[in-house]
Amino acid sequence: MSDLGHVLVLAGGLSYEREVSLSSGRRVTDALTSLGVEVELVDIDAHLLPRLLRDPPSAVFLAVHGIEGEDGALRDALDLSGVPYVGAPGSAARLAFDKPVAKAIVGRAGLRTPASVALQHAAFRDLGGPTLLARVVERLGLPLVVKPARGGSALGVTVVRAAADLPGAMVACYSYDSVALLESHITGTELAVSVVDDGNGPTALPAVEIEALSGTFDYAARYTAGMTEYHVPARLSPEQSAAAGAAAVLAHTTLGLRDLSRTDLIVDADGAVMYLETNVAPGMTTTSLLPLAAAAAGLDLGTLCRDLLHRAALRGYSRPGAPL
Amino acid sequence: MSGGSRLDSYIDRYAARTHGMTTSEIRALFAVANRPEIIGMGGGSPCVSALPLDIIAAMTAKVISDQGAQALQYMGGQGDPRLRELICGVMALEGIQDASPDDVIVTVGSQQALDIVSRIFLDPGDVVIAEAPSYVGALGTFTQYQADVVHVTMDDGGLVPEALRLAIAEVARSGRRAKFLYTVPNYHNPAGITLVEERRDEIIAICAEAGLLILEDNPYGLLGFDGPPLPALRARVSEGVIYLGSFSKTFAAGVRVGWALAPPGVKEKLIMASEATTLCPVALSQYVVAEFLEHHPWQQQVKVFRELYRARRDACLEALEGSFPVGSSWTRPAGGFYVWVTLPEGIDAKAMLPRAIQGRVAYVPGVGFYSDGQGQRNLRLAYSLPEPDRIREGVHRLAGVLAEELDIVATFSGGAFRPDCR
Repeated sequence: MSDLGHVLVLAGGLSYEREVSLSSGRRVTDALTSLGVEVELVDIDAHLLPRLLRDPPSAVFLAVHGIEGEDGALRDALDLSGVPYVGAPGSAARLAFDKPVAKAIVGRAGLRTPASVALQHAAFRDLGGPTLLARVVERLGLPLVVKPARGGSALGVTVVRAAADLPGAMVACYSYDSVALLESHITGTELAVSVVDDGNGPTALPAVEIEALSGTFDYAARYTAGMTEYHVPARLSPEQSAAAGAAAVLAHTTLGLRDLSRTDLIVDADGAVMYLETNVAPGMTTTSLLPLAAAAAGLDLGTLCRDLLHRAALRGYSRPGAPL
Repeated sequence: MSGGSRLDSYIDRYAARTHGMTTSEIRALFAVANRPEIIGMGGGSPCVSALPLDIIAAMTAKVISDQGAQALQYMGGQGDPRLRELICGVMALEGIQDASPDDVIVTVGSQQALDIVSRIFLDPGDVVIAEAPSYVGALGTFTQYQADVVHVTMDDGGLVPEALRLAIAEVARSGRRAKFLYTVPNYHNPAGITLVEERRDEIIAICAEAGLLILEDNPYGLLGFDGPPLPALRARVSEGVIYLGSFSKTFAAGVRVGWALAPPGVKEKLIMASEATTLCPVALSQYVVAEFLEHHPWQQQVKVFRELYRARRDACLEALEGSFPVGSSWTRPAGGFYVWVTLPEGIDAKAMLPRAIQGRVAYVPGVGFYSDGQGQRNLRLAYSLPEPDRIREGVHRLAGVLAEELDIVATFSGGAFRPDCR
């Protein structure tokens, strides 16, 4: 039996990634149970906080994806409730979850990232949608990627190859978020590099190379086994692998993250590593990338989660607003 | 591809028909839509809380205590003879007076009936003719059997006979073979439209002339709000029609009991196909349904459902009238569960769904009811489950979502349209 005490895995919620989150949560719960950890999978709703206050767990593992789990609010609520949790504090999660903000922060730290512009719908409405879109295409070129500034699992993301398709992509994107990130499309090797911190500093796990058989790593390609080929470790030169690992660790530290993260990168035709985004609550499903990387590194998923819960329990909760 | 993992070690062994079986964004969104915080007007779930649950509990207990040895055992693949006889009584209310219990096959919901009919008739590349739009569950079944669906226009009077003639001719010209017309003539899912009386014989004649079987799906027939049901297509002819019925809407969806009434030769094949799938339909459910039909005033219960759904339909239509913008339109169902909404030009109901979920209301985008990509401007609202006040609130929320979406769409179309609210 584990000496960790009673822990909770939080999953579900009302974000668009609810189904993925529940799948992640179940997998983490099963992995912890197999190690003898006293663990319970709990949904996110109005019953959660009263329950946490009534019967506080030793620590919480956050398998909540999307805005509900990654924008920082839930983490702040846990801190306010005095409940320790695995992962970045709310203030850091909030920065990392906002793709344009995260790109700006890691860009200042020296990481390269595709040219992009982040625009609210109001900007298009006030300045003239078609005119502004034309300027975007002129400056960023085609193809370009339209994605919600905040969100995951490629929901609302469109790769636009013809200008005529851009208005539809914008409308679809704004259905998910009020800010759209329009980013130059980089052709190259897509990578996901997970970072874990077992107490000895953040360390990159082997990079996972993503080869979507349809050509686009969209929602279906992410969560339908068989639609994507994963190469772990990625088919990169030793120098490129090292650069990708270093980029992910730099993103993790620069964004003020904690315990675990997953950074998505792309190695362009010239071999340069480009930053795309960082996930503060990486997926844990059977087709998710962090568990693949952990397995390649010889780490047992349950052991990893249990150790991170131990660290969180020892660390205790944070006072909201405390410096990173 | 080399050396990587596709995370599915069986990937090279699946049948060709599994191609396209992928998870989707829509599934992800519906996982949220089922939460109680969301006003769910997506799924066509019956209001089973209106059933006398204590009586059904006692009825079920009685079935097990009195007939448990049969109700908990395998039975014949065609289904319980007593239930088949009672089903003939139900069909008589739809005008089908000549049904024999020998020609009835009990199935696991009418969805299984759709499956076994498709299995015995459809080869890959065959054509099924269906209304535009058509029931998504049927389209999914036809796709599984690798059939192509050709849609035929409906208007306020239902399937348009001339459009059906043209579709049959077009399929023949293309060298393909249409095997049957799939139709929901009463209180259509998703369109809420009913095939008018004066077209019924004509549709039958067109199909007979073309040698086209009719697959008549009639789960909502007894749930009309304006008088007795129109006689079913099968009530007019005994050949050339396979009739599907269900207790999902008139009793309880969870018992999963439906049926098919088929010409004798077809029936034999359906029984064999059904046995290959399930050995026999669920015995316990059949006994409970039979008990309900035989010893409970079930027609009174159907009347309760009718009144309840009528009030909900009215709430939905009133709310639409009061809050939806110019440029949108909707059907006015005389029964059943659904209103089919056409949104203003430029709106894509599927793209708008995340915004609706965020606004705490859910619907089904129209594209799912077509096999050819139509329906972008459409959505289906099901009024069967939420209380009238929740329906009004849901429609008002949706109107707000639609106003936001119109603003966005107008932005990217150069402000060509900004419809005012009614």
